[in-house]
Amino acid sequence: MRKFLLTTCFGVLAAVAGGSASAQEDLAKMSQNPKDWVMPTGNYANQRYSGLKQINASNVGKLQVAWTFSTGVLRGHEGAPLVVGDVMYLHGPFPNPVYALDLAHDGKILWKYVPKQDPNVIPVMCCDTVNRGLSYGDGKIFLHQADTTLVALDAKTGQVVWQAKNGDPSKGETGTSAPMVIKDKVLVGISGGEFGVRGSVTAYNIKDGKRVWRGYSMGPDSDTLIDPAKTTALGKPVGKDSGTNTWEGDQWKIGGGTTWGWYSYDPQLNLVYYGSGNPSTWNPKQRPGDNRWSMTIWARDVDTGQAKWVYQMTPHDEWDFDGVNEMILSDQTVNGQPRKLLTHFDRNGFGYTLDRTNGELLVAEKFDPKVNWASKVDMDKNSKTYGRPLVVSQYSTDQNGEDHNSKGICPAALGSKDEQPAAYSPDTQLFYVPTNHVCMDYEPFKVSYTAGQPYVGATLSMYPPPGETNMGNFIAWDGKTGKIVWSNPEQFSVWSGALATSGGIVFYGTLEGYLKAVDAKSGKELYKFKTPSGIIGNVMTYEHGGKQYVAVLSGVGGWAGIGLAAGLTNPTDGLGAVGGYAALSNYTALGGQLTVFTLPQ
Amino acid sequence: MRTVFGAGVLLAVVIAGFAAAAAADGSGDPAAVKNEDGKYYDKDGNPTYKVAPDGTVDWYTYSGFRRYHSECHVCHGPDAEGSSFAPALKDSLKRLSYTDFLEVVASGRKNVNTASENVMPAFGTNPNVSCYMDDIFVYIRARANGAIGRGRPAKHEEKSDAAAKAEASCMGQ
Repeated sequence: MRKFLLTTCFGVLAAVAGGSASAQEDLAKMSQNPKDWVMPTGNYANQRYSGLKQINASNVGKLQVAWTFSTGVLRGHEGAPLVVGDVMYLHGPFPNPVYALDLAHDGKILWKYVPKQDPNVIPVMCCDTVNRGLSYGDGKIFLHQADTTLVALDAKTGQVVWQAKNGDPSKGETGTSAPMVIKDKVLVGISGGEFGVRGSVTAYNIKDGKRVWRGYSMGPDSDTLIDPAKTTALGKPVGKDSGTNTWEGDQWKIGGGTTWGWYSYDPQLNLVYYGSGNPSTWNPKQRPGDNRWSMTIWARDVDTGQAKWVYQMTPHDEWDFDGVNEMILSDQTVNGQPRKLLTHFDRNGFGYTLDRTNGELLVAEKFDPKVNWASKVDMDKNSKTYGRPLVVSQYSTDQNGEDHNSKGICPAALGSKDEQPAAYSPDTQLFYVPTNHVCMDYEPFKVSYTAGQPYVGATLSMYPPPGETNMGNFIAWDGKTGKIVWSNPEQFSVWSGALATSGGIVFYGTLEGYLKAVDAKSGKELYKFKTPSGIIGNVMTYEHGGKQYVAVLSGVGGWAGIGLAAGLTNPTDGLGAVGGYAALSNYTALGGQLTVFTLPQ
Repeated sequence: MRTVFGAGVLLAVVIAGFAAAAAADGSGDPAAVKNEDGKYYDKDGNPTYKVAPDGTVDWYTYSGFRRYHSECHVCHGPDAEGSSFAPALKDSLKRLSYTDFLEVVASGRKNVNTASENVMPAFGTNPNVSCYMDDIFVYIRARANGAIGRGRPAKHEEKSDAAAKAEASCMGQ
């Protein structure tokens, strides 16, 4: 009975909550229909969980390819398609084509939209020309283009209804994140933390594309939409201009804290949750101070943008541990009390569990045992460093200084997990997390800022933890206790989004291109199939004509395609070392395809 | 200048002594013949690398490793090895000359057609690159000729005063 209540609570609460625009009630309710996949994150809680069980642990071994579709584009394919009724909406990397496919007629193309964009936006995208997906709402499909244009298309015809320019690529601002439809608004983030871009989240009116509010990640309170007395961090008001007084001079104006990850929403609390990225530059000596509010979990009121609470995970970042990964919402019992939780697997290697109503920190534990830059997060409420990570001097690139090569830091800058989203199953109450298992040497040095040019300031070398050869693990995690329940090693970082289903299985994709299914309780591998190219997309599922389908985009790229293509080397191998570890380019080449799987007749 | 006849080439190599096995890249013979304040040049006046028998590299090769991994590795991968979409520069410099290199880095490159969408930005106005063009060239040149392996060079010559002065004035410090 409790399980039933937990799985349906979001839909029920959405229907009961205050009656604003129909988009919100429709979408929250629609996301309860497991046949569809109506938003990039599966549901507003970002659980990536499906109630479909036609495919289950006992029969998934028989899965076969049902149909395929080439996007016509190469480069990294992140994100996943949407399915609403008979139509699948599919997107691609730059130039960001959008396809509407008719599922009732073998995926025939109903309409196609290809934006015209200046290709000069390509070199301003640090980590490949990826796009994390489309959003649907109010009869429209929303695309967040590489050049930061947010475009609303008529879902039936593909005609442009309105467009809004969210940023300026000549200043290094680009778009990679999936927009999010919440109530009568469409929210978008922005990319460019390696270009000195000051990050922000912007809400546009779903009907006409007019800007409703914008909240910056740093700056005066009027920019960050923070109330010095009401916005809290770990239960205490943040005080005036917290977004400038932890920076030196005007550094906050090119402060980073970009917002290119995923967005979750609690309809009852009316809060949208997301994370901000690294402060700019990668050289910590050039930006003394905590650099608030980069590396922060944000909870904002979706109507006004006002920040209700914040929590900065990596104050004064020294390693590029962006805080943008997904905020998964769940209702679980902790110490005998039912709590409204938010669980987040950060780049910095810590899995955080917070109370999403007020930002209280409940759990902060390493989800990769090799994480070494901090010994732990201080959980003592009376301590001066409460909630802060206790940094280990040896691995502090700031303490070691500029022009000094800090060695053996785990995780590497690409983190214990990057944007590839985890899944949560209310059945097992476990999180299924695609992780990276890579360490680094990091040497900061002075750089100067030019608008539209990279503003990085560090040299990076990456390799697996000493003594190990696997560069990734797929793990099951208990967020209530902060413990790894099981861990499947993978040769390469696991860079795909996971999917959990009520059929007792979990899906993920590997960088070699395998779609894999594992048992949700034990992690035992039940199925695998090699798709045409490495997978950095997110597995999704839908039902059509009484059959369940599982779909995933293939197309290697993203940061994995940059850092891992040639293989990593062991720095102690000395001169002449030739790719000490497996090179991704030995397993896969560029591609761009959707593969859809089903059970045999 | 290479001779056409195979025998002539063989003779030239023998006469040259134990020059590096790969005696020419896109800029010609990479052997260092001149040393100007720790910066080395080949016989045609192109910047080049110097690697001592114990593996110690010249300052510019070391500096180029650092600058490459800050500005170029995000597309071209670690150690000039390439990525899923950008070429391995250690192979490119087997063909491209020093002047080709300067031109591409300064002006950028665009390959946009139905099969690919590859755009390299113009770095000419980015001091983080333009002040270190020779450093980056020398590093990749060393990689192209197999003179150094992957990873950070373990030992390097000291940064000379001339190098420090040039850097300071170029970066406006």
